[in-house]
Amino acid sequence: MAIPEGGFFPDEVEYGRYGPIFPKTPACYGFTIVAKIIPGREEVFREHGRTIEKAVKDQPDILAPLELHYLRWVLFEIKGETYFMYQGIFDTDFDKYTEDAVALFSQSGISTVFENLEGFPADWKTNPPAFIEFVRAHHCPSFLEYGEYPYVSADEIKKSLRVKYLVSQILDQMQ
Amino acid sequence: MLDLDDIQYLLLNRAPARAGRYEFLSFHSAAAGRAWLSAMVEQVHSVQTMRASIADEKRWVTLAFTWNGLRALGVDEAALATFPEEFRQGMAARAEILGDTGANHPDHWVGGMADPDLHAIVLLFTRDLEEQARCQKELADLLADAPGTEVLSTLDVAAVPPLDYAHDHFGYRDQLTNLAIEGSGDEPLPGSGGLLKPGEFILGYPDELGPPTAEPQPEVLSRNGSFMAYRRLQEHVGKFRDFLAQHGETPAEQELLAAKLMGRWRSGAPLVLAPDRDDPALAADPQRNNDFNYKQDDPYGYAVPLGAHIRRVNPRDTAASINRHRMIRRGATYGPHLPDDAPEDGQERGIAAFVLCASLIRQFEFAQNVWINDKNFHELGNERDPIIGTQDGTLEFKIPTRPIRRRITGLPAFTTVRGGAYFFIPGLKALRWLAAG
Ligand code: HEM
Repeated sequence: MAIPEGGFFPDEVEYGRYGPIFPKTPACYGFTIVAKIIPGREEVFREHGRTIEKAVKDQPDILAPLELHYLRWVLFEIKGETYFMYQGIFDTDFDKYTEDAVALFSQSGISTVFENLEGFPADWKTNPPAFIEFVRAHHCPSFLEYGEYPYVSADEIKKSLRVKYLVSQILDQMQ
Repeated sequence: MLDLDDIQYLLLNRAPARAGRYEFLSFHSAAAGRAWLSAMVEQVHSVQTMRASIADEKRWVTLAFTWNGLRALGVDEAALATFPEEFRQGMAARAEILGDTGANHPDHWVGGMADPDLHAIVLLFTRDLEEQARCQKELADLLADAPGTEVLSTLDVAAVPPLDYAHDHFGYRDQLTNLAIEGSGDEPLPGSGGLLKPGEFILGYPDELGPPTAEPQPEVLSRNGSFMAYRRLQEHVGKFRDFLAQHGETPAEQELLAAKLMGRWRSGAPLVLAPDRDDPALAADPQRNNDFNYKQDDPYGYAVPLGAHIRRVNPRDTAASINRHRMIRRGATYGPHLPDDAPEDGQERGIAAFVLCASLIRQFEFAQNVWINDKNFHELGNERDPIIGTQDGTLEFKIPTRPIRRRITGLPAFTTVRGGAYFFIPGLKALRWLAAG
């Protein structure tokens, strides 16, 4: 699905509480946040990766309420400066559940890494609107998104896997 | 502890009222508004005086102001700018977000609710109709002595006959769920979600995240105040009854369908606890009538459909951060009763409701935008709240039933928004501060 510049389809813009809602595409909802990191903080980001890995290991359903498919964290360089790209693909409409997502991000430690980005509001924990504004300002909407299994939710995928597992058990029982 | 002698009674108490009247006012000048307010403020009950006088009192007054109203009273621009953006814009400007489109659009509202000159509301509840008539005259006399304060419109409210408990024009028992707030002295009833942090509803106190931050200024104005969303919702009783008759063959089937739309039998008995048969005794027992959850008790919605009204507006243990989205509800019914056997008479009747919360955008607007009007709430795909969602006849309502679910298509709009506004409801000290100018 090709997406117009700016990220919205002008004729069918739906209004959320914090502005127009980025549309769902065959590749679900998602965001791509790109921001410059505070120089010298690369190692904080890598350490953060290990922290999140451990958090998920200790509590596998910690991110469940976000209804995620994938999250990707990337560091890259332009002209000697380091940038951070954070890309999420999920079924929850982030624009709609913004405060809940921010709360979850804080609880699970996902957002602490944002403190190492330039321009990130220092009072983000007590000022969700400022956090939301930062995210909206640094989101780069896709101009094209593709899904090999369009519009399928993570929940449906998990259900299918469960059915597959149950069917194979049934077949085993019939041996 | 809360400043119970400063918080307006409405935040923590429901008046034992059978009648009432809302008056919507406009101030021609700051001086005129302050003169009127100085005279009115003596009538306003705090939580404390309300509780102390409840046995004898016959009338309860609440005062609240729009953002334009605060400006009209002379609050300075720097202070006005510290109020949250959604309040500054007002409800009419947030129509798209709230789902107030089509017949619900502010262009069709009545009573001057979308008028920037709407400045204040006097929210009067009275024990009976007689007291209502007396107070109406008293308010009129007071206004006559306060030139420059004008009534834009009024709405009389009254309990709907014939039942002896609060119910709406569709026949549903209402005013069953009550929140208990830490420091209020109220004990939480089973199922109400425990003691909630006061800052979720009253400015100046800790909320679920911690100490208060970014409150509107000056503190004397915001402390012990709250925000209030007003909704005047017309109920199309004839259409509702026709719908039940069309989709239910027997009276029992119709009752069950009415219950499925709401999540409670019209008696008030919750479907989670009484899935197959109505249970009026359960409905009347406050220790039991709210004591349920969804995640374990009814995960697939065989009792309460996932899209039913009460499951949307309070998904309980199936929503993230539920305590960040709770709301205090107040209000009353207006318009004539339509007897059971009478055809639709075209008269306007409905609910004139108030939702009180510390953050309109996080609580009331979230409920409207997401819980009530998100077509894909709980992955339902093509549904909105069957009672108050924005319905245009193209959506459906699914009732999980074994072995296969029931799906009703082409759901009509049973309600229409006829007006609404955002108000700030100050504490008593703040009212006096505003009156003093
Ligand atoms: C015509 C309009 C409406 C009707 C007929 C209606 C009817 C009802 C009824 C019968 C109940 C169950 C009784 C109770 O829990 O006290 C209820 C609960 C509730 N309603 Fe509504 N309502 C209307 C509008 C609204 C609006 C505009 C909101 C908020 C935006 C709202 C939010 C709630 C909430 C939060 C509950 C409590 C749910 C719970 O805690 O389980 N309602 N409503």
